[in-house]
Amino acid sequence: MRKTGMRKTGMRKTGTSTASKPAGWRAWRAWLLDDSPGSRGQADAGRAYRLTAALLRNPLAVVGALIVLGLVLTAAFAPWIAPASPIGQDLSNRLMPPSSAHWMGTDELGRNIFSRVVHGARITLTIVALVAVISAPLGLIIGAVSGYFGSWVDRVLMGLTDMFLSLPKLILALAFVAALGPGIENAIIAIAITAWPPYARIARAETLTFRQAEFISAMRLLGATHTRIIIRHVLPLCTSSLIVRATLDMAGIILTAAGLGFLGLGAQPPLPEWGAMISRGRAFILDQWWVATMPGIAIIVVSLGFCLLGDGLRDVLDPKHDDA
Amino acid sequence: MMREMPDGATDDLLRVQNLVVSFPGATRAAERIEVVRGLSFTLARERLGIVGESGSGKSMTGRAILRLIRAPGRVAATRLQFDGIDLLALPERGMRKLRGARLSMIMQDPTFSLHPIMSVGRQIGESLSLHESLSRRERKQRVRAMLEAVRIDDPDRVAKLYPHEISGGMGQRVMIAMMLIARPDLLIADEPTSALDVSVQASVLQLIDDLVTERGMGLVLISHDLSLVARFCDRILVMHRGQVVETCIASELHRARHPYTQALLAAVPRLHETRDTLPVLERDDRMST
Amino acid sequence: MNAALDVHELSVRYGRTEVVSDATFAVAEGESVALVGESGSGKSTILKAVLGLAPDWSGRIEVFGKARGHRPDPKVAQRCQMVFQDPYGSLHPRKSVDAALAEPLAIHGLRDRDARIEAVLDDVGLDRRFRYRFPHQLSGGQRQRVAIARALILAPRLLLLDEPTSALDVSVQAGILNLLKRLRAERGLSYLLVTHDLPVASFLCDRLAVMQRGRIVEIAPVATLREGDFADPYARQLYAASQVGGVEGHSA
Repeated sequence: MRKTGMRKTGMRKTGTSTASKPAGWRAWRAWLLDDSPGSRGQADAGRAYRLTAALLRNPLAVVGALIVLGLVLTAAFAPWIAPASPIGQDLSNRLMPPSSAHWMGTDELGRNIFSRVVHGARITLTIVALVAVISAPLGLIIGAVSGYFGSWVDRVLMGLTDMFLSLPKLILALAFVAALGPGIENAIIAIAITAWPPYARIARAETLTFRQAEFISAMRLLGATHTRIIIRHVLPLCTSSLIVRATLDMAGIILTAAGLGFLGLGAQPPLPEWGAMISRGRAFILDQWWVATMPGIAIIVVSLGFCLLGDGLRDVLDPKHDDA
Repeated sequence: MMREMPDGATDDLLRVQNLVVSFPGATRAAERIEVVRGLSFTLARERLGIVGESGSGKSMTGRAILRLIRAPGRVAATRLQFDGIDLLALPERGMRKLRGARLSMIMQDPTFSLHPIMSVGRQIGESLSLHESLSRRERKQRVRAMLEAVRIDDPDRVAKLYPHEISGGMGQRVMIAMMLIARPDLLIADEPTSALDVSVQASVLQLIDDLVTERGMGLVLISHDLSLVARFCDRILVMHRGQVVETCIASELHRARHPYTQALLAAVPRLHETRDTLPVLERDDRMST
Repeated sequence: MNAALDVHELSVRYGRTEVVSDATFAVAEGESVALVGESGSGKSTILKAVLGLAPDWSGRIEVFGKARGHRPDPKVAQRCQMVFQDPYGSLHPRKSVDAALAEPLAIHGLRDRDARIEAVLDDVGLDRRFRYRFPHQLSGGQRQRVAIARALILAPRLLLLDEPTSALDVSVQAGILNLLKRLRAERGLSYLLVTHDLPVASFLCDRLAVMQRGRIVEIAPVATLREGDFADPYARQLYAASQVGGVEGHSA
């Protein structure tokens, strides 16, 4: 995703310079911040660097970014981080409290909760990423086309958007499950279908602000087709608000997925999906609080991380501060 | 508020000495940028024109006098006195009493400086009630009188209209009415006609001119248009990059001595233009604005 | 001699209002004509109609002898381009100068991108270090130069200019006006300039058409501005209003 790309570019260090590290880094920085870039690559890299640097100046955004990074790394390296199997049962060790042997305790089947939480990160990340990848571009295109053409196209598309906006996520998920059976894939589809309308509205609102601008007219005059204008000129201007919205939405998606899992509609046992874990732990919440609380903490931390990152991105990508 | 009378000086309305307006630099480490650098002038009950291009600091000067510049901008001066009152030392409450009542400002575009959902009459009336307590009928009469003074026909009908229902020229007259109704002593007009059509410009400027003369006010006319300022002012200050490069009497403008002023005069195309190329001022490549 | 632009009894409507009524004028090849008038006179609307951006018009518009339709047409785009008024709105904020100039070339499938871009930047007086900058890194005058470059990169013969310098400072305006005059001389272009500023028309144009509320009230050579002896009373009024200046006596 774009934000990972941005961070990597900003962290680019010198590799080939024979000078001592500080001097080399300074040269790179000067190259990136050059007023008169000599190539498209340099200009783009410079922009990415400025944005990243601005983002990193905000301590809360850094915290958010670290949390998200932590989620990604945990998901990637889950088998190596988790001390035990997430699904291996050990009935002699059921419902053990958190200790040095089991960092987050064990659940009712003796499974190590820490391992389950760690493996659950993969599920969470998968759900979040897939929903974002499906719903955001879909909403973006619908909104941009709607805002660009106006008149009846706008009315039809926005009517469609309103229809989907009025569908409650969980009820729709129930309908899907009834039709197709429970499972992660269906949960993802159900969430994605109800998640795209806000992106459409945002993209449409953004498009309307510059719909009449002269640079759009100039493109028409130069002979560009509507398709070309939308793809190459309208969409790029909508992406910043969309990125911010998507990041802030992640928290909501995680909670919805957890809600579905809680209702038994998402990931099925024995998959360690956080919401399902909370649901299972409900029965023991008074005496063995850790079974439900640990995955709950994981959800809170990750949601918070996305929110902080999204806020930071909004400040950085806001046109008023927009240096790039 | 004591009126200070320095030895031998005339009763100047406005005295500015070494005005500096600065804003923070682009990054945290960078130095502050000074948009007005050590400006000094005095104003009696006369018409002074401040001319300059964008970035010269002319608008900031006007705002600094009215103390409208907020943090992180900073205003400093050796002396900033209005009618003997030290404007820099005055607390915000005191400044509020002065604004509108004794010191007023007209801005460029009435579409942006008028409240969009308040009727015109009400806005003018509000301006008045901030400084004088009057009964509703008295206020209405004053508003009507003021609308007539700015040469709006049918003032009662216009008073009920909203800003989007009136033309640009009329909007500017409403602005003038709003700013002059409390009878200030000094009017600062920041590009009052730049957003208006050519034919309307002359009448609005004439109106300002007449009102200022009638009421014995001081006028500071800020503009980028040299010829306009030369026609409507007694004295002219030419600003460039935060500093005054030339002071002269309006009628002597064509005999300006500073190269910047001369270049500016020469660069404007004339009504009957016979030159092949226009002389271009030397401008260093700066970043935007 | 083919006229670069021939407009015959053009009337343009926006919704139910007729914004331009029965406009008739021509721009000969190599000539520069100004449409002058105040806001609301319909002058910008005529430009839009010529370019196909104001679809609801009647009458006849011929560009280099070929009648044009009501929508933007790539073939017309190659012969006739426009420079807009607002240098801050006419460039895409996220595209560098290079990208903005490459776009018309890509649309029309023209090769040797680099050579053409460098040539046109040279023509408008922009150094090559501006090539990869973004619009917010350019001053108003520089942006306008990029807009002119973009209009010229397809090598049109007719250029429409909508108040090209009214948003610019005096000192910058002079540079752009000089550039436009030079380009016309060098390339033999024809100009149709819309402006409310008579002195600009005087500098750049051979003839001017005065518009009032959608109608052309008079077409006169630019020399008329010396004495202001227009036949039409509105034109005289406009001339008088433009004289609000006390520095006319400045010697050349």
